[in-house]
Amino acid sequence: MEVEQLEKVASQVRRDIVRMVHGCQSGHPGGSLGCTELLVALYFERMHLKGQDGKPVFDMDGKDEDLFFLSNGHISPVWYSTLARKGYFPVEEMATFRKLDSRLQGHPTTHEHLEGIRIASGSLGQGMSVAIGAALAKKLNGDKGLVYVLMGDGEQQEGQVWEAATFAPHHQVDNLVAFIDLNGQQIDGPTVKVMNNRDLGKKYEAFGWEVISIEEGNDMAAVLKGLYEAKSRLGHGRPIMVLLHTGMGFGVDFMMGSHKWHGVAPNDEQLAAALGQLEETMGDY
Amino acid sequence: MKKYTFTEKKDTRSGFGAGMHVLGQQNPNVVALCADLVGSLKLEPFIKENPDRFIQCGISEANMIGVSAGLTIGGKIPFATTFANFATGRVYDQIRQSVAYSNKNVKICASHAGLTLGEDGATHQILEDLGMMKMLPGMTVINPCDYNQTKAATIAIADYEGPVYLRFGRPVIPVFTDADQKFEIGKAWMVNEGTDVSIFATGHMVWEAIQAGEILEAEGINAEIINIHTIKPLDEEAILKSIEKTGCVVTAEEHNRIGGLGDSVAQVLVKNKLVPQEYVAVNDSFGESGTPTQLMEKYGLTAKHIVEAAKRAIERKK
Repeated sequence: MEVEQLEKVASQVRRDIVRMVHGCQSGHPGGSLGCTELLVALYFERMHLKGQDGKPVFDMDGKDEDLFFLSNGHISPVWYSTLARKGYFPVEEMATFRKLDSRLQGHPTTHEHLEGIRIASGSLGQGMSVAIGAALAKKLNGDKGLVYVLMGDGEQQEGQVWEAATFAPHHQVDNLVAFIDLNGQQIDGPTVKVMNNRDLGKKYEAFGWEVISIEEGNDMAAVLKGLYEAKSRLGHGRPIMVLLHTGMGFGVDFMMGSHKWHGVAPNDEQLAAALGQLEETMGDY
Repeated sequence: MKKYTFTEKKDTRSGFGAGMHVLGQQNPNVVALCADLVGSLKLEPFIKENPDRFIQCGISEANMIGVSAGLTIGGKIPFATTFANFATGRVYDQIRQSVAYSNKNVKICASHAGLTLGEDGATHQILEDLGMMKMLPGMTVINPCDYNQTKAATIAIADYEGPVYLRFGRPVIPVFTDADQKFEIGKAWMVNEGTDVSIFATGHMVWEAIQAGEILEAEGINAEIINIHTIKPLDEEAILKSIEKTGCVVTAEEHNRIGGLGDSVAQVLVKNKLVPQEYVAVNDSFGESGTPTQLMEKYGLTAKHIVEAAKRAIERKK
């Protein structure tokens, strides 16, 4: 897909995010909006996915295709929308987000057999370990597929992340690309104030990772270029860490750059204001 | 009383190692993981023959559980191994979210469970693991009684699809079950049929229960002894059938009296038929340093204690 087309998908995904969160008056719009370019670029352009004519086919083992894991599961709205828009499940199902008997649980789960989800996440710090295991399974199976995993920057405060960070270079997991969503915010405020992660790039380099940065994580062309670069560096004995600089709440002016919209839903007026800034490109659900 | 004899004593963890050795030869999808305790878990034969299917995780148990969950995506059957304390309490949330809730085919295999770990003391002697694991929806919990049964259980769980907690231990104990037994998950094993009291025992306590049965027999008491190697799913049918005959129960486990086999059995009794039940278990305390024999004596987990409990249970029937 061309950049312009991908941007149109991203605009629709952003509409879906704010509408989903508004619909149940709960959920996490801020981080979801900030990671929209990444998920759209991965699923609509960069990932090799099974299926024909753009219609994906899901199975749990995911052999011979690329896999994506969301470790910071609270930004489920952006993942659900991307999966639905890609064709994994009906877009109408987004209306059930966070409601009783829904497959779209507040945090992603395999429990409800939602196509596209391969592990539960939400309790932070676990996703990179899972992604590493899936990458090792691919190596054992002689499967050339790649594994992608997204984490939050606040999530870097979890100890398990650093167990995984030590493990992956030691075992030369070089079919793995990890992302940190560097939006600089967490629930209690700016990350530097809550618990300063300091220089994550230097940390990962010291652990043996190859580290690259996407400085404009909400610029589709920059994200595509960064993903291309990440992929080109795989296969040389080291996992790749991508520092993805994003703006929390990007695309909705009054939500941007503040931790206040981490886990708050817009009211009716705010929803109208947000939708006014986001073009409907694929038809609302 | 049916006679049980033995020609050798072995540790149940060696039964696990022997089972893994067989699985390494039979099942190409089996992968072993360990957190810096290869010797303690007796994994050397597996690693020697299958170096590509062994993943050393270092002292990072949380990551080991996550990596195991990931390995199942792609069809691998990971056996995540370490001491029982580090395999459960230390990584409860990782097991809960990435394994149990995600319904991943991970086998958590835990050695050095309970007091019989011995001299290392209470930091390593977990007595709460059965409770923690059985509370997780969908988790199968197995605590075999000797070397042969542990070997058979290890082989059996590879063919079962779903998360399993397999618990075993460090000390050498009599090998009294059949070498070629078929292990059936969730199916209790009748050790001895009796009429006066039902003794439901698990793990290392099964041999103690057999010893107790012989003492009771000498005093004219006919004990039924059942090996509950699978704590979950519990063989309720075997339990209810037994108490119909005997009318009273002793449960015996190397675990805290809260949350273990005794409580699982009590729940069956409360729901179906109330009969007197006596617990042989650790009385809501931590352990301490000592030899396994000293500790089992001090904390009330020997044949003698089972005999006393049986007499109390029988007395309460009157």
